[in-house]
Amino acid sequence: MRPAPLTAALAALVCAAALVAAGCLGPPAAPAPGRLVLQSTTSVRDSGLLDHILPDFEAAHNAEVAVVAVGSGQALENARRGDGDVLLVHSPEAERAFLEDGSGVSRWQVMYNFYAIVGPDADPAGVRGAPTAADALQRILDNRSVFVSRGDHSGTHAKELSLWSSISQDPSSFPASWYKSVGRGMADTLRTAFELEGYALTDEGTYWSLPDIGPGAAAGGLHLLLGGLAHPADDLRNVYSVVQLNHTRLPGINWRLAEDFALWITSPETAAKIGNYSSAGHPLFFPDPRRA
Amino acid sequence: MAETVLLDIALLSLLVSGSATALSTAVGVPLGSWLGGREFRGRRVLRALLHALYGLPPVLLGLLLYLMLSRTGPLGALSWLYTPQGMVLAQFLLTLPFVVGLTWNAVGSVDRSVRDTARTLGAEGRQHLWALVREARLGILGAVMVAFGRAISEVGAVILVGGNIQGETEVLTTAIVKETGQGDFAVAVGLGLILLSLSMFVFAALTLVQERER
Repeated sequence: MRPAPLTAALAALVCAAALVAAGCLGPPAAPAPGRLVLQSTTSVRDSGLLDHILPDFEAAHNAEVAVVAVGSGQALENARRGDGDVLLVHSPEAERAFLEDGSGVSRWQVMYNFYAIVGPDADPAGVRGAPTAADALQRILDNRSVFVSRGDHSGTHAKELSLWSSISQDPSSFPASWYKSVGRGMADTLRTAFELEGYALTDEGTYWSLPDIGPGAAAGGLHLLLGGLAHPADDLRNVYSVVQLNHTRLPGINWRLAEDFALWITSPETAAKIGNYSSAGHPLFFPDPRRA
Repeated sequence: MAETVLLDIALLSLLVSGSATALSTAVGVPLGSWLGGREFRGRRVLRALLHALYGLPPVLLGLLLYLMLSRTGPLGALSWLYTPQGMVLAQFLLTLPFVVGLTWNAVGSVDRSVRDTARTLGAEGRQHLWALVREARLGILGAVMVAFGRAISEVGAVILVGGNIQGETEVLTTAIVKETGQGDFAVAVGLGLILLSLSMFVFAALTLVQERER
């Protein structure tokens, strides 16, 4: 053992760590802007919408928006614990419960789109001809076709569960031989469906953002069989809302900036910008702000 | 979460990590002993490479295996993606460098006099190797413990290769990620405690064996 090089290496490591720490802890150059922690659903970030609209808000309010993109279930739970200032989510029933238990004080609709059911082009269960999503799920169930579920209490998962319950089915009784609950995000779930040549319920934005497993995929990709903007089905409507938190219960939150945010994201200007947004030529959201 | 589901998850964790450790022991101990029992050119380079693999991030290994085992990947025909076999393969590859490297070290550090004695008593080839392994058994058991510890606690490789399919490939670590992701923090912490006690139990048992051998 030669101690000199080892000591030098250790010293270098310590110096590097100190530099990193100094960089993180050092005072910011500009006067501290307001900071808003947005607990959002993954689809609005992964689709690129937030990158498209947030800079306007940041400029107008000299604010910095920190986006925590997680499933709606986790977003609501994080907000309940005070780990966030405002919510942008799409799980209407969970949002209502959030308001009812006093964690939130207001909820405004921002926009909507349509979920889609995707699956292999061969479509063994015949989802393409289904009049509604509930009927499509019934066909998948009858055919015992592989269906990959988010299984993560996200807004999309909540939607799937409400569709099953509309045909009096409870997925917790389905065998793993065809019903695969993965407990992961949308992109991971779609990749699993692609690998297993199965069906999945998805938001359109995430689906279009993954061309390597889409219709153009070499090995036979996932096709959009029902829903989306091209074949809207009423029971696939997907509503995004902004939820403000109860600041008497959570005194640490930046509720003033949260209120500015809610007003801004439901304003006609932002609505126009949301309506203009498209990913790979596919418009993804219909702005439809409604303030309660 | 139902208790039977919980039991299935815990058993699959033990099964996958246990099989992976058993496999890497079966391959790694003979290989490590063989390497440790002799002098050869390039020994240091090989050892440095092996030690570098100690730092192989599980998630990177998981990614590479995912690409290999994918329907569109070179090993897609195996249909091992999203199966326990694929998860065992991942953890086997992850733990093998530890078993080989630590066995090598253990055998290599057996007192020279023991080696020479074995040799003067006429022990050659397989016999000689066996004598070395017996001398180094404490260190080798330590290698097995490190391998199991790495396997049972990793999440990056099994979540990518296994896909965390409920009832098929969900293990304790990936279940913790899932429960955290859906905001069920109490369940997540509970699963963490089960994982911790399971792994502590296995380690306590292995340590007792080690003490007896001392």
